[in-house]
Amino acid sequence: MTGPSLAIRMNGIHKSFGSVRANRGAQLEVGAREIHALVGENGAGKSTLMRLLAGLYAPDTGTIEVAAASGELRDVTGWSPADAIKAGVGMVHQHFMLVRTLTVAENVVLGREPVRGGMLDIARALEDVRRIGEQYGLRVEPERLVGELSVGEAQRVEILKTLFRGARILILDEPTAVLSPLEVKELWGVLRRLRDDGATIVLITHKLDEVMAISDRITVMRHGETVARMETREATPESIARAMVGRDVALIGTRNEEGEGSRSSAGIPQSSSPRASLSVADLVVMSRGIRAVDGVSLSVAPGEILGIAGVEGNGQTELIEAIAGLRAVASGTIRLGERDVTTASVRDRAAAGLAHIPEDRHRRGLVLEYSVADNLILGDQHRYAGGARRAWALDDVRIGANARDEIERFDIRPPDAALPARALSGGNQQKIVIAREMGGTYDVLLASQPTRGVDVGAIEFIHGQLRSAREAGKAILLVSAELSEILALADRVAVMYGGRIVATLPRREATEDRLGPLMTGASDTTRPAA
Amino acid sequence: MSEIAAFIAQTIRIAIPYLFAASGGVVAERAGVVSLTLEGFMLTGAFAATLGSYYSGSPWIGVLCGIGGGLVFGVIHAVASIRYRADQIVTGIAINLLAVGLTRFFLLMAFDSSSNSPRVPGFGVTGDAASLTGALLRNPLVWLGLLAIPAAAWLVHYTPFGLRVRAVGEHPAAAETLGVPVRRVRYLAVALSGILAGLGGVYLALDQHQFTDSMTAGRGFIALAAIIFGRWEPVRAGLACLLFAAAETLQIQLQGMQGIPSQFVQMIPYVLTIVAVGGFVARSTPPAALGKVSE
Amino acid sequence: MTTPATRRRVEEALLPPLVALLVALVVGDILIILVGQSPSAVFSLMLSGTWGNWYGFGQVLYKATTLICTGLAVSFALRAGLFNIGAEGQLAAGGFAAAVMGLVLPAGTPGLLAVPICILAALAAGGVVGAIPGVMKARFGAHEVIVTIMLNFIVLALLNWIVASHLHVPETLHTPDMRAGTVARLMDWVPAFHGSAVNASLFIALAAAGVMGWMLFRTRAGYELRAVGLQPDAAEYGGVKVGTIWMKAFLISGALAGLGGINYVLGYKYYYEEGFAAGSGFLGIAVALVGRNHPLGVVIAAFLFATLSQGGLAIHALVPKQMVEVLQGVVILAVAAAVPEVRRLVLGARSGAPT
Repeated sequence: MTGPSLAIRMNGIHKSFGSVRANRGAQLEVGAREIHALVGENGAGKSTLMRLLAGLYAPDTGTIEVAAASGELRDVTGWSPADAIKAGVGMVHQHFMLVRTLTVAENVVLGREPVRGGMLDIARALEDVRRIGEQYGLRVEPERLVGELSVGEAQRVEILKTLFRGARILILDEPTAVLSPLEVKELWGVLRRLRDDGATIVLITHKLDEVMAISDRITVMRHGETVARMETREATPESIARAMVGRDVALIGTRNEEGEGSRSSAGIPQSSSPRASLSVADLVVMSRGIRAVDGVSLSVAPGEILGIAGVEGNGQTELIEAIAGLRAVASGTIRLGERDVTTASVRDRAAAGLAHIPEDRHRRGLVLEYSVADNLILGDQHRYAGGARRAWALDDVRIGANARDEIERFDIRPPDAALPARALSGGNQQKIVIAREMGGTYDVLLASQPTRGVDVGAIEFIHGQLRSAREAGKAILLVSAELSEILALADRVAVMYGGRIVATLPRREATEDRLGPLMTGASDTTRPAA
Repeated sequence: MSEIAAFIAQTIRIAIPYLFAASGGVVAERAGVVSLTLEGFMLTGAFAATLGSYYSGSPWIGVLCGIGGGLVFGVIHAVASIRYRADQIVTGIAINLLAVGLTRFFLLMAFDSSSNSPRVPGFGVTGDAASLTGALLRNPLVWLGLLAIPAAAWLVHYTPFGLRVRAVGEHPAAAETLGVPVRRVRYLAVALSGILAGLGGVYLALDQHQFTDSMTAGRGFIALAAIIFGRWEPVRAGLACLLFAAAETLQIQLQGMQGIPSQFVQMIPYVLTIVAVGGFVARSTPPAALGKVSE
Repeated sequence: MTTPATRRRVEEALLPPLVALLVALVVGDILIILVGQSPSAVFSLMLSGTWGNWYGFGQVLYKATTLICTGLAVSFALRAGLFNIGAEGQLAAGGFAAAVMGLVLPAGTPGLLAVPICILAALAAGGVVGAIPGVMKARFGAHEVIVTIMLNFIVLALLNWIVASHLHVPETLHTPDMRAGTVARLMDWVPAFHGSAVNASLFIALAAAGVMGWMLFRTRAGYELRAVGLQPDAAEYGGVKVGTIWMKAFLISGALAGLGGINYVLGYKYYYEEGFAAGSGFLGIAVALVGRNHPLGVVIAAFLFATLSQGGLAIHALVPKQMVEVLQGVVILAVAAAVPEVRRLVLGARSGAPT
């Protein structure tokens, strides 16, 4: 215990958004001058709880207390962001809140500008930013445009913004998701210095190694509730994980073995072979002037799931989009079977046997205003028109039949083909995408974050679909931010870091211990990459 | 020598309404609100100034009324597009139609004419080129108009309000998290554009000593073209205004000579703007949140 | 299929125009009282002067014809997620091309041949003007609003120059009379319409609305076009080439606006006159907005605005006809403000849930 007094106390917090109950009776106690990890799986309600603390939402019920400068707790329930800032609570959001066209200093002082003679005192802004930056080791040039900064630097600007406003309580939402290992190490240094200087820090994360590395105490959330509180030095990754998922962590291991077992019995070659259904060679994809995908080669055989593990933002999105035909390729080749599809259109790739479950169903995978039936033909619309009798018109009878068939096969609920896709739950929306992509004929499947934001029942359904597709001889390239998902499904695991594949391991050798360092850019000491 | 002076004087005379409207419009656009409305603001300003000057006998009361007219329309536009989240392009068009309709309606009501008002006290003196220069120098609105662009540049780049305007037009959510009152900043920016564009109309009416039906004749759109051609930078927008005005002056002075038809000179601002947004010269990137409804 | 969803959709479509009409009535009342007239007298005169007699009704139909075309043009582009403010210029170009074609064709060309040729000329000219912003957007990322605004001025200045320097009848701003390609007035068939300008173009405009509805909601092209308008990323994912759709949508949008030109040129005056299109392009935006971008809605909204416009002339004895211009502006403003507001109220306070 760092200190006897509390900096934050949240009690009985309930918060709903429509029918989604993000927080149901959550509690949080954070001691002054400590680094407190708030952990839980995606959707556990961590971010919501912290946004309530930062005044961005008001709780439905419950109380929020924050220590005043005197050290006494004060009821601040339902305060505004401005109040929170004034009281020294600062939040660094997962998605940066920075104005790209302004300089670092302008971003930092915005809303609290130093003024001299009615004018913006730029000199003082620059000086203040430089001074705070030096004090805490947050290196970034105050005169540079934010749009030109790296993600690591941008995050430092976010922290500078809160410190400039005199934050004593700092909330960081998944701060390492986009950072390189070196930047993560620097961030830990900054946070420790801040704590030693008297600040209280709440760190939202779902990564256990971070929790163990940096925190003093831990609060675990599951399904909107607080399920455990512990001292970090008394906790183990296993005990935290157990609290996070609510069951024995060994379960994940069992699922792994199961996946591995079925793979082995299939007895299909593991590495690239002439039979590869998908092969990518030396692929380079540019994004915003950098090599987002930097010379990736991989191949997936029929009846195989190749899982791509890695911290998000290391080129996975660009890789998948390039293979799918949604992003231009700078160099390299993409083959489906024998056919070079590097420059083929989306439709030609589909015709060549490619199916694609995109990572963002709301943006790409569905036209939310379209009916379930219309969404079930997206990408296939040309098959439902044409012919002598209907040159242009879509064939409603066949569209309806297709919808009835797939709604039943994939158990889409409610079973109403006329409903707009928007009206369905996340899990059922994803089933529309799965039904469309996996219900037809294809040889190669790109599955990008296939279970993101869906409920447990749908996760199991989707995993079952992917396994049976493998049994049916499909080649599957799976990208997931959830390492457990990769380990549960993949036959081989490739680790992506900084736009490259830094290692490819057979499932048997892919353990969390070994993948973890690889995902953060450390070289694989155990064995050279396969 | 006198020809050059006359050219400059005429260019400035034409440029003043553009400078007023562009200096206000550039602030509103930087705050994220589309300035399709400048034409309507100007027309209202011109009419209100005519009314004020006519009934009070003082052009200065006219100036105040013109400011008020532009301001009222600015507030209507702001309420519709900020409070009610109406599409800014649609409200812009509505504001312009409304301005034409209302000025025509009240022109008929006040002066019993569907074409123009009687002569009202103003600032301009009509006459030959030599006295034109003198008249310009004596017209306070000319000086105000020449100052409008530097003032807008100063506001946008060197004041706290300007920093907020730039932030709000680019990333309103980020500004919001820092406690910047996004809506208030936008209201103020649009109100300011109403006042300044209104003054552009005031200048037109008081320079000609009367209001004529639809007298702004697309000048608000030329100012908008200048803003875009100037890539949303006040000083560059001001230079674009002067460029467009110089082209018009040239066309007027070359009239009578066989050469380029006047219609082609009229097209210059519009063609240049299309060239600019096409990225053929230098990329012209609007503020990221321009025209987007903020939640 | 589900009643609540359908009812919600109907409410969402009907409430904004009703609110707007109410606001317009109030503003209208104020203006009428300001003039010292009685609102009920003025509004009843407006009704009797439009739908109450054959001539007025014919004029409403005539004015609606152009507005249907420009309204369809704006709606069609909006369905693809594009804002076409250039209907004004496209309409003028269409009318001009039809008139020129009618001049070029030898006198005595049978109508069965000449009329389609003139209509094609109008479609083509509008389409060419419309295609420019489409290409500019797809190829160079230029924002279509800016390009279409600027193009209006350029097209009008260009036409002005051609007419003034090459084609005009001395002492006028119009071209000589066409030799062929004119379409019949309705009064030729229904004598009661005598004197009104309504002509066969009305049926062509209505047919265009029907074809557009079929195309948007029944065909694969419409499926892809609406997908681009709703979610371009999803459309791209579904194998649709977004840039190509933008270009095609603008081409067709421009052609629809250009088609509006035949109403004045082929059906009424038989020549192109400068300024014949003034305002119809912008009112097309209002028509599309009130008609919720649905062809049927556009037709109804076009009749509404045409009634208002003709009604202004009918009441001129009591109230200046300029009152109608004010009301048009008020209606657009009110609808624009009411649409997002009504959507919010109808959908309820369903705020987006965070992760």
